[in-house]
Amino acid sequence: MTAVVETSPAQHGLTGHSHIGGRTAAKPDSHLHGSGSADLADHPVPSGREENWRFTPMRRLRGLEADAPFQGVIGEDNDTVVDAPEGVLVRRVIGDEAAALKGQAGQLPTDRPSARAWAASSTVLLIDVPAQLEVTEPVVITFLGTTASKATAGHVIVRVGPHAKAQVAMVHEGSATLTDNIEIIVGDGATLEFASMEEWAGDAVHLSHHHIRVGRDATLRHTALTFGGDLVRVVGTVSYDGPGGDADLTGLYFADAGQHLEHRLFVDHAVPNCKSRALYKGALQGAKAHTVWIGDVLIRKAAEGTDTYEMNRNLILTQGARADSVPNLEIETGEIVGAGHASATGRFDDEQLFYLLSRGIPAELAKRLVVRGFFGEVLLHIGIPSVRERAAEIIERELAISGI
Amino acid sequence: MATLDIRDLHVSVNTDEGAIEILRGVDLTISSNQTHAIMGPNGSGKSTLAYSLAGHPKYQVTQGSVTLDGEDLLAMTVDQRARAGLFLAMQYPVEVPGVSTSNFLRTAATAVRGEAPPIRKWVKEVKTAMKDLEIDPEFAERSVNEGFSGGEKKRHEILQLSLLKPKIAVLDETDSGLDVDALRIVAEGVNRYKAAAQADGEGVGVLLITHYTRILRYIHPDRVHVFAGGVVVESGGPELADELETNGYVRFVGAPAAAV
Repeated sequence: MTAVVETSPAQHGLTGHSHIGGRTAAKPDSHLHGSGSADLADHPVPSGREENWRFTPMRRLRGLEADAPFQGVIGEDNDTVVDAPEGVLVRRVIGDEAAALKGQAGQLPTDRPSARAWAASSTVLLIDVPAQLEVTEPVVITFLGTTASKATAGHVIVRVGPHAKAQVAMVHEGSATLTDNIEIIVGDGATLEFASMEEWAGDAVHLSHHHIRVGRDATLRHTALTFGGDLVRVVGTVSYDGPGGDADLTGLYFADAGQHLEHRLFVDHAVPNCKSRALYKGALQGAKAHTVWIGDVLIRKAAEGTDTYEMNRNLILTQGARADSVPNLEIETGEIVGAGHASATGRFDDEQLFYLLSRGIPAELAKRLVVRGFFGEVLLHIGIPSVRERAAEIIERELAISGI
Repeated sequence: MATLDIRDLHVSVNTDEGAIEILRGVDLTISSNQTHAIMGPNGSGKSTLAYSLAGHPKYQVTQGSVTLDGEDLLAMTVDQRARAGLFLAMQYPVEVPGVSTSNFLRTAATAVRGEAPPIRKWVKEVKTAMKDLEIDPEFAERSVNEGFSGGEKKRHEILQLSLLKPKIAVLDETDSGLDVDALRIVAEGVNRYKAAAQADGEGVGVLLITHYTRILRYIHPDRVHVFAGGVVVESGGPELADELETNGYVRFVGAPAAAV
């Protein structure tokens, strides 16, 4: 077990501006994250020694990070089913239209698997919530894979129009070797509740890249729920269009023996008066269960009035599991509301356990309460009832493995 | 009638420099319908006594015995001690995120009483007890102690006292950090439970651990013990507290044991 905590209050940055629509978006450089590019030539094959790959077991990526051919056929090797309430437009876009749609979130790939998927996916699944539409039923996108032996590239765009309100859940099931880009655009004044659930079979590998753009006065609640798969790596990047943007990022993961579950966040505060919160909680059980959480937050010079806090907590239930946790904060202006982070990795909280025991609650029950309480904090954050219930059921199933 | 009997209790705590003995032979007997105040300077071992009785794993009993109605308390697990009728109101109640106060209270009451209290009766019981202690009803839906102020945490401890109905209650510096109003509410809560327990015929023995005499104006002790260097150095009636109020602990910290 290791718990790594690093902070970098380093001042670093060049002036510049972002522009969208070209092949590359020139951005002021953070030492955490370079400029994105859709050009594969800008993304050499990683060796595993790079900062953003150093925790990932490269040999288990099945060549997604290099040149493994994308042979998975949509409708044959995998299928995507969308269940959407009335008013939400769902289309699979192809050809030039698809190519033109890519990059809506104002971000370009920052690693090779993302760039490869960007180039290779000939279609885009477009979920459009028209401006001012308020839907109370969630859009549920289910990706069902039937084989892990053929690699697939995917591209999904979730676009919520100005002042609209929607819930979107993406559920991944079955077997797959998948790398994809999910662009999430929350229009000005809009509210989106987004949840991504990784409920794969044990042989799946999924490298997912969430490019998130939060509009002026928009609210995003984003939840990553990662339970299944052999190796899952979810990279989320958040940027803001204008002041008043609010991004609430939560995550829950549960790694069993041999699983590698990795979450990387980069919140780029480049405009004033925006808010971000990250709360990720994970549990690990079994030999070589490995989780990685990287939380990078950059507050650029222009981002006065920023309010950010990120927290990661890991609960190690058995011997032989390893949780890496690296929150990272870069601040280029002092004119902010608040910036902080916390990270903790440990076994059962003995003081919490003692408190419950001292009230007569038997040890087994007290343990259950503490562990369920640990997850409950995040579960309560999930605003889509069906997703919350399913996540709660999965956690019960996971805990049964350790007999808790 | 219940009796807690502490005989020659020696307790050590493990540190990086090895085990350090904190309690060096404590003798005390507390029976139902009695209130004993344990007073002493910081570091005298008062809280160690409280946590040792409750069975906190940090403290190792190296010698002596503790019995509750003749049963060996030290042989019991932490939860067994609570179910046997011992309650510890903690100086620093622990936050348990994600566990709602209402769920916690009902789970504890079910464990201590041996069966789940009938729901309608229980709801009324909790409501009344919360009202008595001036606790906002919305606290029931909040996580245990999470975001509670110091005073709210202490009132929540006394709420548990009144619901779990112990035979022996150990109150560890329940008065610390409270303003006058909060102190009065908490003290009245303790007195209300004492009266209710006596009326039931069961009674409660109270071990009131405190640094200050302030709370003794509200909760009147039958016996006062001065603790220094991990032992009881003097016992007396309420007048001993008056002397401490006037002179402080100076007379006692001169004793060799006070080096701790």
